[in-house]
Amino acid sequence: MKKSWLWQAALIGAAGFAVWYFASNTAQNLEARRIASGFGFLSREAGFEIGETTFFSYSAADTYLRALAVGLANTFRIAALGIVLATLLGAAIGLARLAPNWLLARLAGAYVELLRNVPLLVQLFFWYALISENLPAPAEALNPLPGVFLSNRGLYFPLPGDFPELSGFNFTGGVGLTPEFAALLLGLVTYTAAFIAEIVRAGILSVPRGQVDAAYSMGLARRGAMRYIVLPQALRLVVPPLTSQYLNLTKNSSLAVAIGYPDLVSIANTTMNQTGQAIEGIVVIMAVYLTISLSISLVMNGYNRRVALRGVAR
Amino acid sequence: MRPVLAVLAALAVLCAAPAAAQSTLEAVSKKGHVQCGVNVGLAGFSQPDSQGAWKGIDVDVCRAVAAAVFGDASKVRYTPLTAQQRFTALQSGEVDILSRNTTWTITRDTSLGLNFVGVNYYDGQGFMVHAKRKVKSAKQLNGATVCVQPGTTTELNLADYFRSHNMKFKPVVIEKLEEVLNAYFSGRCDVYTTDVSGLVAVRASRATKPGEHIILPEVISKEPLGPAVRHGDDRWFDIVKWSLFAMIEAEELGLSSKNIEQQLTTTNPSIQRFVGASGDIGKMMGLDNRWAVNIVKQVGNYGESFDANLKPLGFERGINKLWTQGGLMYAPPIR
Repeated sequence: MKKSWLWQAALIGAAGFAVWYFASNTAQNLEARRIASGFGFLSREAGFEIGETTFFSYSAADTYLRALAVGLANTFRIAALGIVLATLLGAAIGLARLAPNWLLARLAGAYVELLRNVPLLVQLFFWYALISENLPAPAEALNPLPGVFLSNRGLYFPLPGDFPELSGFNFTGGVGLTPEFAALLLGLVTYTAAFIAEIVRAGILSVPRGQVDAAYSMGLARRGAMRYIVLPQALRLVVPPLTSQYLNLTKNSSLAVAIGYPDLVSIANTTMNQTGQAIEGIVVIMAVYLTISLSISLVMNGYNRRVALRGVAR
Repeated sequence: MRPVLAVLAALAVLCAAPAAAQSTLEAVSKKGHVQCGVNVGLAGFSQPDSQGAWKGIDVDVCRAVAAAVFGDASKVRYTPLTAQQRFTALQSGEVDILSRNTTWTITRDTSLGLNFVGVNYYDGQGFMVHAKRKVKSAKQLNGATVCVQPGTTTELNLADYFRSHNMKFKPVVIEKLEEVLNAYFSGRCDVYTTDVSGLVAVRASRATKPGEHIILPEVISKEPLGPAVRHGDDRWFDIVKWSLFAMIEAEELGLSSKNIEQQLTTTNPSIQRFVGASGDIGKMMGLDNRWAVNIVKQVGNYGESFDANLKPLGFERGINKLWTQGGLMYAPPIR
């Protein structure tokens, strides 16, 4: 007993020493090379523009801190929307794969294999090229519905009393969805949905056949058996791996840098380069993703406890 | 992805021994080559040719240093770097010289732990637009979508220019040159902005129809491009600095790769010092006394490098002429 306590203390001591060694060594090296350090740069003027903002307003005269906040808000926007849509699409495809209809099941199977086995970055480039190279210039924008314009500048919708119209180079007014955002959302949703579909399928298949037979013998139809007997039991198995997929989607959203969507990583990269403070920038990125990931885990674990079997030891 | 390099660089800084006593010259001599950070592919500045050999005026600076140190201009290895990777690569010691069309600014010189050795191309930032947009001046660009690479002075000047002219723009910021050019050529952006040299090179080498793109007359910034080395190693700083100056001085003295052999026995005292026939300038730098001869013979003078790399792409010599011909290229005396 006492001995194991000693080992624990030694391990903590070693870890603490490693942290201290790296921190002091870094500080010393940065000082020796006259590389600026510290987080003072956060309050300096950023001086660069950001293509699209969520929630925060931003101009080049704002600080690096605000620029990073805009990047974070953009990451949240893509992650939140992506998680909702990927769940819906994934569940639909998972169910389709188990459908009695042969063609539907095969199509769903083909979707999963195709999307799951092509690298996400390649898919993002595909969607981005598809959108920016095939859609017409703003002057020849497609106008499928009154007030809705689709061009290589993105998709513009009207708001009540605020219609988008072409002025000069681009549309003004209404709400716009940029090609970068659209490509990233499409890529993340279709890719993650393939994994979610498999998780849903596995969850459903894990419910013993006897349960379904029992449901049928109680007089429930296929739909009712699914809804009242199978899905509630499947959910318990689905939630933990689903959490991983939500975390993956959020972290994969950092691939945005490749196609020019200004997410946190993109803004932090620019900040690092303009200020030269790579270590601080990486620390910011790591801290933010850690916070987001832990928050998602916390919420999902809470939900998991609610749907888990009562009284079963875990 | 991209942060990986930054993390590696950060780790390198983390792990580097506090008292790394070995000088860059010693390290370079020991490994037998100069490790040079260059652009991933900018015609005229640094780009591999069809045989895979790197060519360009930035590449020639690296070759000049190798000629000075080893007497052999081919003893260079190249690390292609994006705009975002370049400073961490130099800071962490991954490269010995950063010769990658990098603008010399006070922030970079003082807070990034690096020193600029001089200027090998005086540039300025400009705008390229699709000809069919019928734009004649940068002042007509209000509301335009602008493609730009991140982590550059270009990105900052762009914001400054539009702010000071009360105009708005939408940036599309993509790190990879290929991707950002695709976005511009596909019409996602109305405008592509970078240094004028970059615009000329891109239009000549990447556009399917160069005539469909117009470079606007406004030059909105001064961009002195030059090589940089790590802060804190003065000897290496001197070697790179004077390798560049030797190329410029050679042009002024009328020395070229063609005539340097004949000039070895001249009686002109300036040339005698340059070629090492008198004095011991090479030794003062820790190099062979024929260092400058090797540079000129194997790499050529600045004008030869310009004519070989930039002239074929349609570059004018302009302000990059020698000071004696009304330009800005000026090397301090080699004596």
